[in-house]
Amino acid sequence: MDLIVGQLFTGLSTGSILLLAALGLSLTFGQMGVINMAHGEFIMAGCYTAYVVQQAVGDAGVSLLIALPLGFAVGGAMGLVLETLLIRHLYHRPLDTLLVTFGVGLILQQVARDVFGAPAVNVTVPEFLRGGVDLLGTTVPKTRLFIMALAVVAVAAVTLVLRLTPAGRRIRAVVGNRDLAETAGISSRTVDAGTFFIGSGLAGVAGVALTLIGSTSPTTGQSYLVDAFLVVVAGGLGRIKGAVVAAVALGTLQAVFETYSTASLAKVGVFIVIVVFLQLRPQGLFTLRTRSLA
Amino acid sequence: MSKFLQSRLGAWTGFAAAAIGLFAVAPLIMSGFRLGLFAQFICYAIVAVGIGLAWGRGGMLTLGQGVYFGMGAYLMAMHLKMADAEFRNGPGAVPDFMELAGVRELPAYWVPFASPAFTVAAILVLPTAVAVLLGLAVFKRRVKGAYFAILSQALAGAFAIFLIGQQTLGGFNGLSYFRYFFGFAINDPVNQQMLYFIAAGVLLAVVAVSLQLRRSRYGELLVAVRDSEERVRFLGYDSANIKVVAYAVAALFASVAGALFVPVVGIISPASIGIVPSIMFILGVAIGGRGTLLGPVIGALAVAWAQTTLSEQFPSAWTYAQGLLFVVVIALLPGGISSIPALARRIRVKNRPEPVEATA
Amino acid sequence: MNDIALTCKNIEVDFEGFKAVGGVDLELRRGEVHFLIGPNGAGKTTLVDAVTGLVGYTGSVLKDGEELRGKKVHHIARKGIGRTFQTATVFENLTVAQNLDIAAGSGRGPWSLLRRRRALPAAVTDTMERIGLADHADTLAGILAHGQKQWLEIGMLLVGDADVLLLDEPIAGMGHDERETTGRLLHDIAAERAVAVVEHDMDFMRANASRVTVLHGGTILAAGSVDEVSADPKVQEVYLGTSDHKEAADAAAA
Repeated sequence: MDLIVGQLFTGLSTGSILLLAALGLSLTFGQMGVINMAHGEFIMAGCYTAYVVQQAVGDAGVSLLIALPLGFAVGGAMGLVLETLLIRHLYHRPLDTLLVTFGVGLILQQVARDVFGAPAVNVTVPEFLRGGVDLLGTTVPKTRLFIMALAVVAVAAVTLVLRLTPAGRRIRAVVGNRDLAETAGISSRTVDAGTFFIGSGLAGVAGVALTLIGSTSPTTGQSYLVDAFLVVVAGGLGRIKGAVVAAVALGTLQAVFETYSTASLAKVGVFIVIVVFLQLRPQGLFTLRTRSLA
Repeated sequence: MSKFLQSRLGAWTGFAAAAIGLFAVAPLIMSGFRLGLFAQFICYAIVAVGIGLAWGRGGMLTLGQGVYFGMGAYLMAMHLKMADAEFRNGPGAVPDFMELAGVRELPAYWVPFASPAFTVAAILVLPTAVAVLLGLAVFKRRVKGAYFAILSQALAGAFAIFLIGQQTLGGFNGLSYFRYFFGFAINDPVNQQMLYFIAAGVLLAVVAVSLQLRRSRYGELLVAVRDSEERVRFLGYDSANIKVVAYAVAALFASVAGALFVPVVGIISPASIGIVPSIMFILGVAIGGRGTLLGPVIGALAVAWAQTTLSEQFPSAWTYAQGLLFVVVIALLPGGISSIPALARRIRVKNRPEPVEATA
Repeated sequence: MNDIALTCKNIEVDFEGFKAVGGVDLELRRGEVHFLIGPNGAGKTTLVDAVTGLVGYTGSVLKDGEELRGKKVHHIARKGIGRTFQTATVFENLTVAQNLDIAAGSGRGPWSLLRRRRALPAAVTDTMERIGLADHADTLAGILAHGQKQWLEIGMLLVGDADVLLLDEPIAGMGHDERETTGRLLHDIAAERAVAVVEHDMDFMRANASRVTVLHGGTILAAGSVDEVSADPKVQEVYLGTSDHKEAADAAAA
C-alpha cells in the first residue's frame, strides 16, 4: 500500500512538474504548430528570476511571492520578443522554426553562462515549504505539494482564460480554424502574440517553481524540454486536457519504471511506450477534428 | 557550368578531383596531427551526407542521428576494447575499464565482439535495422513533421541517458584508450594516415551512393513525398516505405561514421551523441545547403573546423556564433551557402535595366 | 460501353456524431462524366474521401465487383481509383515529365526505382500531348499556370492507368478558354473511363454532364440527366433558396 501510494505520489509530482513545463508549449505548439525550442530557456530564465529576486530581497518567502508573477512577466516578455522578431516570419516552416529557436536557445544559455556563470546556483526554500507532510502513510515534501498545487492553479487559470474571456475565445477560434477566424475579423497576429506571451509566461512560472526542488544552471531548461515535448505529442495538439492526462501518465510511468529498473532504463522505457502509444493513436490522446488534409 | 556538373562526365570529373584532393594533396600539405583532425571532420561530413538525404531531399528532420552515430561508435569501440584485452591477457579477457570497475566476468553481450567480422556486420546491420523498425512504426502511422523531429530527438536523449547508466559500457566516461585497430597499432603515424585514407574513401563512397539515389527515380519520388506525401499515396505508393529507405540509409551512414570516429579520435562517450550533439549535426547541413549533394559535406567540414579552431580560444563567442548561425542561416538563407549563386543571379537579373526592344 | 465501374452502396460517414454523409448510393459508369453537385457541406468531398480510403465509413464500395472498404489509400489507388484535390496538388519541385513519370510508376520494383531514368516512357509522352503540356516536359510544375497544374494532376491519374477518376473542382479558378479545354479533356478521357466531377459551377455542369447527382446535407436529393435534375423542384429549392431550405443548407455548411 505504502509503495503504491508512494509511487502514485511520485508520479503525480513528476507529472505536475512536466505539466508546468509543458502547459505553455501545448498552447503555442497547439495554436501555431510552432515548436519553440527556446521554451526551455524561458524556464531557465524563470529560475534565474527567482535567484535574482532572492538575492535582492533576502527573505525566501517574500521573494518567492514576488518571483512567481515576475517570472511570468520575464518569460512572457521573452516569448513576445521571440514571436515578433522571428517566429511570426517563419509561419508555414515549422521545422525551420524549430531549428531557429534552438539557435536562440543556445544564445540564451550562453548569456546565462556569461552573466551567472556555468556552475549551478541555489535558491533558498522558504521556511513554510521546508519539511514534509504525512499523507496516507508516506511523507511528502511540502515543496512537491506546492508544485502540484501550482500546476493545478496554472491549469485552472489557463482553462478559465480560454473559456471565459473574450481573448480566450479568440485563441480557441484561431486554434480551431485560423482562416475562418481571420475572416470573422479576428487578428490572428495579435492572438498569436498573446498566446505566445501566456505560453512563455507559464514557462517562467515553471522555472520559478523548479528552483524549489533543484539547483539552477544555464542548461536547466533544456533538460526538461524534451520530456515536455513528449507530453505535448502524447497529449494531442493544443489540448490542455490531453497535456494534463499525458503529463500525469508519463510521470507515473517514469516513477514505476524507475522503481523496477534504473533511471536510465526508465527513459528508454517511456520512449518505447510513447512510440507504441502513437501506433494506436497517431494524433495523440485528444484531437481536434478538421477537414483539412494537412 | 551547372549543366556540366549535372552531366555524367561532370560527376566523374568531380569525383576524380575530390579523390586527388583527399588522397594526394591533403596528406602532402597537412601534418599528421592536422590529418587526424581532418579525418575526424570527415566522420561528421559522412553523417551530414545522410542528413542531407533524409532531411534535404526527404523532408524528415532527423534530430537524433547521434543515436546511429553512437551505435556504430560503441559497436566498434567494444571490438577494439576486446581486441586490446585479448592482446594483453588472452582470449576471453575482461577489458581494462571493467577490471578497474571490479567486473570479473565478461558480460555475455560482449563476447561476439571479439570477432572483427561480427563487429563489422553489426555496425552495418544493427543501426539500419533499428532505423527500419522505428521508421516503419513512425511513418506507417503517418507521424511526421514536427512530431517526427521531436521523437527522433527524444530517442537521442533516451539513448544517451541509457548509455550513462550502463557501467559495462563505460557509463558516463564512455569507452576510450584504444591501442589496436584490426591488428594495427593506432598510435603509429603510418596507420593513422591509413585511417584517414579509409575515412576519405568512405566519404567518397557515401557521396557516390547519395548521388545515385538522388538521380534515380527513387530520388525523384523522395522529393515528391517531401513536397506532397498525400499526393504520392493517392498515386498508389506506400509513402512510408519510401521514407523508411532514406531514413535507414542516413542511419547506416551515421553508423559507419561513428565506427570510424572511434579509432580516429580515440574516445566515444554519451556526451558526443546526446540531444545537443545530434542537433549540431544539422548545423553544417543547413549552412552548406540541405538539398544539395555536396553542401552538407562542405558545411559539416567548415563547422567542424570552426569549432576546433574557435571553441578553445573563444568558447563563449563560438557558442553565440553557433546560435546566430542557426538563426540567420535557417531564417534568411534556408538553401544554405549553395543557394547564394542562384540568389545573386536573381538579384542581378532584377537590377538589370529592362532590355530595349531591338530596332529593326 | 457504359458498364458500371464503381458502385457505392449506403455510404455513411460519421464524424464523431456528425453525419457528413448519410446513406448514399452511387454508380459510376464508364463512358460517362458524372457530376456531383450540391451546396457547401453537402458531403461531396467527404464522399470522395471515403471512396479513396481517406476517411472511414460504413457501407460498401465495389470496383468491378471488388470490395474496397477497409483497404489502404495506396491499395485503393492501385485498383485504378484516382482523385484530384480542391487545390491542384502536384510536385512543385519536379518537372512535368518527372511528375508524370512518378504517377506512371507505382508498380515499379526496387531495381527500376534505384536506377536513373533513361528515356521517358511512351505513356508519359502521350499523356503530355493529351493534356497539352508537351512543350513543358522540363518545366518545373511549381511555375505552371494554375489551369495547367489542374491538367497535370488529371494527367497524373491518366498515366497511372486509373479508370475511375474522381475530380474535385477541376475548373476552380480557370478562365473561360481553359474551362472549355477542360470540358473537352473530360469527355476525351471519359471515353474508356468513369469520371466523377465535384463541381459548383452550374454552367460547366450543364455543358458537360452525362449524369448528375445532387447531394444535400449528406444525402442524395436528386439524380438523373441534367434536364431531369434541373426540373426537380427540390433541387430548385436548395439552389434558389426558399427560407427553410436555405437554413438547412447553411446548417449543413456550418
